[in-house]
Amino acid sequence: MNRQIDTDKQIGTDKQLLKNEPAGLNNKPDYKKIQKSARTRKTLGRIAVYALLSFWALLVLFPFYWMLLTSVKTYGSYNAEYIPSFFTLSPTLQNYVDAFTTVKLGKYLFNTLVFTLVTTAIMLVVITLAAFAFARLNFRGKNLAFTLFLSLMMIPNELVVITNFTSITNLGLRNTFTGLILPSVTSVFYIYLLRENFAQIPDELYYAAKVDGTSDLRYLRRVMIPICKPTLITIIILKVIECWNSYVWPRLITDDPDYYLVSNGIQEIRENGFGRENIPAMMAAVVVVSLPLIVLFLIFRRKVMAGVARGGTKG
Amino acid sequence: MEKNNLKGWLYLLPAFLFLGAFMIYPLIDVFVYSFEEGYNSASQTFFGVGTYNYSYVLHDPYFLQAVKNTFILVVITVPVSTGLALLISVGLSSIKPLRELFQTVYFLPYVTNTLAVGLVFMILFKKTPYSEGLVNLLINCFGGGSVDFIDGPYWAKMFVLCFYTVWVVMPFKILILTSALASVNQVYYNAARVDGTSRFRIFRRITLPMISPMIFYLVITGFIGAFKAYSDAVALFGTNLNAAEMNTIVGYVYDMLYGDSGGYPSYASAAAVLLFAIVLTITCINLLVSKKHVHY
Repeated sequence: MNRQIDTDKQIGTDKQLLKNEPAGLNNKPDYKKIQKSARTRKTLGRIAVYALLSFWALLVLFPFYWMLLTSVKTYGSYNAEYIPSFFTLSPTLQNYVDAFTTVKLGKYLFNTLVFTLVTTAIMLVVITLAAFAFARLNFRGKNLAFTLFLSLMMIPNELVVITNFTSITNLGLRNTFTGLILPSVTSVFYIYLLRENFAQIPDELYYAAKVDGTSDLRYLRRVMIPICKPTLITIIILKVIECWNSYVWPRLITDDPDYYLVSNGIQEIRENGFGRENIPAMMAAVVVVSLPLIVLFLIFRRKVMAGVARGGTKG
Repeated sequence: MEKNNLKGWLYLLPAFLFLGAFMIYPLIDVFVYSFEEGYNSASQTFFGVGTYNYSYVLHDPYFLQAVKNTFILVVITVPVSTGLALLISVGLSSIKPLRELFQTVYFLPYVTNTLAVGLVFMILFKKTPYSEGLVNLLINCFGGGSVDFIDGPYWAKMFVLCFYTVWVVMPFKILILTSALASVNQVYYNAARVDGTSRFRIFRRITLPMISPMIFYLVITGFIGAFKAYSDAVALFGTNLNAAEMNTIVGYVYDMLYGDSGGYPSYASAAAVLLFAIVLTITCINLLVSKKHVHY
C-alpha cells in the first residue's frame, strides 16, 4: 500500500481511521476512500481561499481598470453608452492631450514634484541632525527634549492646521511654495525612527573615528548615514507618498491654480474643469496623476511594503 | 562621553524651529483661539473670553450632522475593515503560489491618490441622465431598483463613503496582519497538530492570541483614522459637504476655517479641540479594553 502521504494529511486520516476501525479494519479500499475525501476537502478549502482572494483582488483592481478604460474612450462614445461597455475597440489618446492642454495638468504635476522633492530634502536634513543629536551627542536637557518630541507625536494635524493657516496667511505666504512647504516639513515620527536606528550603531565606531580626529559631522556623513541607508530610504518613500497625496494643507493655502498640487488639481478639474462633464478626459487626468506613485511602488515594491509595515499609518 | 551642551542643541535647532513654529505654538494657540469670543480674522480683535464658541459649535446642526456621520463611519468601517483584513490575511498566509502577486495587488490603494481614485468611485456609483452607472446596472441584474449613490438618499451615500473608506484602509491592515501572521512561531502550530487540534481551534487558541497586539494596534489606528476622515468624502461628494449632508468633523473644521462658509477660526478651533477630546477618549477606552483581551 502506498504510505507516501504528507505528514499533515496523515494525522487527519489516521484519526479518522481509528474512528472507523471496527468496520474498516480488514478492507483496504476504505483507507483509500478516506484519504481521497480528505484530499477533496483540502482542495475545496483551497478553492474557497483562492475565490476569496481573487474576489478582493478584483475589487481592488477594477477601479484602476475602469479609469484606464474610460480614459481611452472618446467623449462621444462614452456618453452614447447607456450601458457602459467593458472594453473599447477604438482607443484614443485624445483625452490625454485634452488633459494637458485644456487644464493645467502639467503645471499641477510640476508643482507637486517641486513640493515633494523640496519638502523631502529639507525634512531629511532636519531629521538627520536631530536624530544624530538624540542618538549620539550628550547634552543637558536631552532627555527632556526627547520626551517632548515623543509627546508631540500624539498631536493630530487637525489641531495645529488652524493656527498654521492663520500665520501663513498673515505672513502673506499664501500661494507660494514657501507657504506650502514649511509646515509640511515637520515629522516627529521619522526623527524617532531614525534615532532608534542610529542608536544601534556601536559606540566603538564613534570612539575610533574620534581617535582618528574625525569631526561629528563627518562621522555622521561617512559612517552613520551609510549604515542607516535602509531606514532613510524607507523614510524617503513614506514622505514622498505623503507629499504626493497631500490634500488638506495645499487646499487651504492655495487658491491660485498656478500653485495647485495634483489633489487640488483633480478637485478643480472635477468642479469646473472640462466644461460639460467630460468624464473620459477627467479619467485621463486621474491616470496621469496616479501613475507616478504606482510605477514607483512597482519598482521598489519590497522596500515600500517593508517601510509601510514599519512606520506607516493611514487607515 | 563628554558633555557638549551647545553642540547638541545646535544640531537640534532646525528641528526645534520647525516644530516650535508649526506644532508647539499652534497647539497652544488653538486652545487660546477656541476661547476667544467674536474673533475677527481681518482686524484680529475679539470681544471677550468664554465658552461661547463651544456652545455655538455644539448647537450648530451642521456640526451635529458631521458628528453623526463620523460616528456611523467609524462604527461601520473599523470592524468591517479589520475583520475583512484578518480574513484575507489568513487566506494569504495559507497559500503559496500567487501569494506575492496578491500582496502586490492588495497594496495598490495605499499608493494611490485618494482624491483621484475617489473620482473613479464616483463615476462607478453615480447615476446620470445618460447612464445608470455600473453599480446600478449590477443591482438591476440582481433584480433591484437603481439608486443614485452620489446625490441620492442618505443611506446610499453613507454606503459609498463606507465602502470607499474600507477600500482605502485595507492595504495597510492586510500588510500589518500578514506580517504578524508570518511572525507567529511555527512551533506552536506543530505542537497543536500533534495533538490533533482542529483548524478552527488552532486559529482561535493560537493565532488570534499571538497576533492580538497587532489587531489591537490596527483597531486603535483605525479608530483614529476614521475619526479624521475627510478627503474620502471630498473625493466622492465634492467640496460642499454640508450640502451633501456628508460632512465629517474634520470637514466641519476646514469649512469653518476656509471656503464658502469659512472665516471663523474660533469656531474651527473649538470644533478641532472637541474632535481631539473625542479621539482621546475613544483611544483611552480602547487601551482599557485591550488590557483585558490582548496577550503580550
